[in-house]
Amino acid sequence: MSEFHYAVNVLPKPGILDPQGRAVEQSLPHLNVTTVSRVRVGRRVELTVTADAESEARRVVDGLAQELLSNPLIEAYTVELLEATSSVVSTADSAAKVTRS
Amino acid sequence: MRIGVVTFPDSNSDVDALNALAVAGVEPVSLWHESPDLQGVAGIILPGGFAYGDYLRAGVIARFSPVMRGVSDFAAKGGYVLGICNGFQVLAESRLVPGALLRNRSLRFACKLVAIKPERLDSPFTHKATGAPLRIPIAHGEGCYYAADATLDELERDGQVLFRYVRPDGEPALEPDDPANPNGSLRAIAGVCNAAGNVAGLMPHPERMSESILGSDDGMQLIGSFVESARAWETGR
Repeated sequence: MSEFHYAVNVLPKPGILDPQGRAVEQSLPHLNVTTVSRVRVGRRVELTVTADAESEARRVVDGLAQELLSNPLIEAYTVELLEATSSVVSTADSAAKVTRS
Repeated sequence: MRIGVVTFPDSNSDVDALNALAVAGVEPVSLWHESPDLQGVAGIILPGGFAYGDYLRAGVIARFSPVMRGVSDFAAKGGYVLGICNGFQVLAESRLVPGALLRNRSLRFACKLVAIKPERLDSPFTHKATGAPLRIPIAHGEGCYYAADATLDELERDGQVLFRYVRPDGEPALEPDDPANPNGSLRAIAGVCNAAGNVAGLMPHPERMSESILGSDDGMQLIGSFVESARAWETGR
């Protein structure tokens, strides 16, 4: 088994009212910033999936992103793979850890 | 007759809803979020509050709670379900009513009396209303009703828009920045129902205006309609 570490980035869909983005944008003149526009504020969720293969892990993340992490009516998401680590731990090792804790 | 009110972690208007049902003359039953058992109730209210802390998005975590399995089955059988404020958000996230509730345009939590008007008086949730504007409080941060334009057209065509925010002259506050539209809802929509007409949600709190000691019993026009519909449904089973 391996562990796949993902980030799911959720943003309001284009055209959907984003009052937080607008509020950030309206604060920019106070910082004397005049070159920044089209601010959108969303949410980033990081999570780790244990699976045999990346394709399998990706299916789990996509399912979660559609069902829970985003509302497809108003939000769009992208998935980023941040890190994949092989986690082959023998039964003896696991047992030893449990005993120590 | 027994009508249930679901209590989620961080529900805060469940007791008000239970009280309003008692005032309406039915036996209020408290339903716990961890059990899908609806205890034989004839109707269900999903109350206001911040279910599961409103984490991630208002209403979304509640959607996956055991009680909502029971509520979905109940709604599919034609039972009447009324979602108030956070309950409306839970219904929308559960896809039991159309649309979504976005952050208020003002970005402020809105807590005040508003005027709403029933769009139709022949629905299970409004048939005991007079048709005059109702003064009912709101208390929410995410109440800006949104659906795609085509969906909004369908909802209007099919009579699924139940309530709109209205100006002092009684006309809908259609412009999102109209002060009578407290959250910027599209087409001033304050409440909708599903296509079958047995599941409805609204942002204002009728249970908080359910007896004159609270300042007004305007809300009882809606609670009373819902209770009567539930009674007819139970009798007809």
